[in-house]
Amino acid sequence: MTPLLQVENIAKFYGARIGCTDVSFDLYPGEVMGIVGESGSGKSTLLNTLAGHLTPDRGAVRFDTRADGLRDTVTMSEPERRMLSRTDWAFVHQHARDGLRMNVSAGGNVGERLMAVGARHYGDIRATATDWLGRVEINEDRIDDRPSAFSGGMQQRLQIARNLVTGPRLVFMDEPTGGLDVSVQARLLDLLRGLVREMGLSAIIVTHDLAVVRLLADRLMVMKDGHVVETGLTDQVLDDPQHGYTQLLVSSVLQV
Amino acid sequence: MIRVENVSKSFTLHNQGAAVIPVMRGGELTVARGECVALTGASGAGKSTLMRMIYGNYLTASGRIMVGDLDVARAAPREILDLRRNVLGYVSQFLRVVPRVATLDVVAEPLRAVGSSEADARARAGELLAQLNIPQRLWQLSPTTFSGGEQQRVNIARGFAHPYPVLLLDEPTASLDAINRATVLALIEEAKARGTAILGIFHDEAARDQICDREVDVTRFTPGLAA
Repeated sequence: MTPLLQVENIAKFYGARIGCTDVSFDLYPGEVMGIVGESGSGKSTLLNTLAGHLTPDRGAVRFDTRADGLRDTVTMSEPERRMLSRTDWAFVHQHARDGLRMNVSAGGNVGERLMAVGARHYGDIRATATDWLGRVEINEDRIDDRPSAFSGGMQQRLQIARNLVTGPRLVFMDEPTGGLDVSVQARLLDLLRGLVREMGLSAIIVTHDLAVVRLLADRLMVMKDGHVVETGLTDQVLDDPQHGYTQLLVSSVLQV
Repeated sequence: MIRVENVSKSFTLHNQGAAVIPVMRGGELTVARGECVALTGASGAGKSTLMRMIYGNYLTASGRIMVGDLDVARAAPREILDLRRNVLGYVSQFLRVVPRVATLDVVAEPLRAVGSSEADARARAGELLAQLNIPQRLWQLSPTTFSGGEQQRVNIARGFAHPYPVLLLDEPTASLDAINRATVLALIEEAKARGTAILGIFHDEAARDQICDREVDVTRFTPGLAA
């Protein structure tokens, strides 16, 4: 089986400081990988580098494109990369307002991504938008409201609908449940798990919440100071951590 | 179906003076198709550790753990995930689920993972829940609020939903009343008859004598305990 994403020896520096370095992994279709580490460990830098928001100083990020198979997204042209990020890729930001247009209606937010890939029929776009709002449990009668009138959890669900409506194959998520109430978090986790299974999505999830990765991720990567210190099956890394830092991380979780 | 050869395991506690605790040495066992083998030994001897190593939940330091054709001790995460989806089931003592997901869907999930339709998976899940005396009015609720015994039965239903060829059972009858205990034992007998290779930990001696063909005492593999 061809990996969906093949990351080879990625490094990103901010001047002399390390953002992240020596990162390599393969992600296969349907797999969810979690990246954990404390703030400043380089996990968001890595995610943004993979998603093409930052240009790496070294390394390759190969994606299995529908047309030509594995292509290095670092060296492909800007329009090609933008096309990928509109079609096969999706990016869910920690703060929904970074991923939404706050002054456009909820339906418009979802519809915009459809129009970006060529949809033009108003009725179809609205019907698809309505369907997706339903899937993320936003009531149909809120379709014409602006996201600024939504609660934080609803905004996050709207962001997910906007991202998934074009049927991407790879989703990047940066702390998707950060800053939400635990009850809203649980609902979002349930939603994400269902969507991952039904759509056969692959995902890379950055979070500092170990409980979230245990429930969502198949595999786990632990970062510290820009380096990957441990990788493996999620439950194996959490239950039998090998690296001192991972052991510290796991043993520091407060029990409820 | 399971062949464990000369495995060892130790824990290194980096944050506690880098203490190294050897927990297993020279571990050996086999479980054939249709056979039920019990792991025995005092608490702390390494029964659960060995079981977790076979499931890929704990890393194995050396030796081989063959489950079907895969060496779990050396397999890539992707291969272990595939093994767990199709071949290797595990009923642990604790239920770990996403809050808010209905019990029926929790039990149906392993079937959905191997491609069953939602209707088929739910039908089978309902059958098992009914068999294990979980009242139907609870099926749409999340099991997180259930009693310990109910949670364990949900866990068992989940473990038996997909007919895994290899099954690991960690105290499946621990907190069950006589009727439910009999049901669980019947499920295990049924799986055995189907050809499932079963490795279990049973503190319930009567249950062990009833369904297990052999016992393996893990004390033999415990460093510092073996004679």
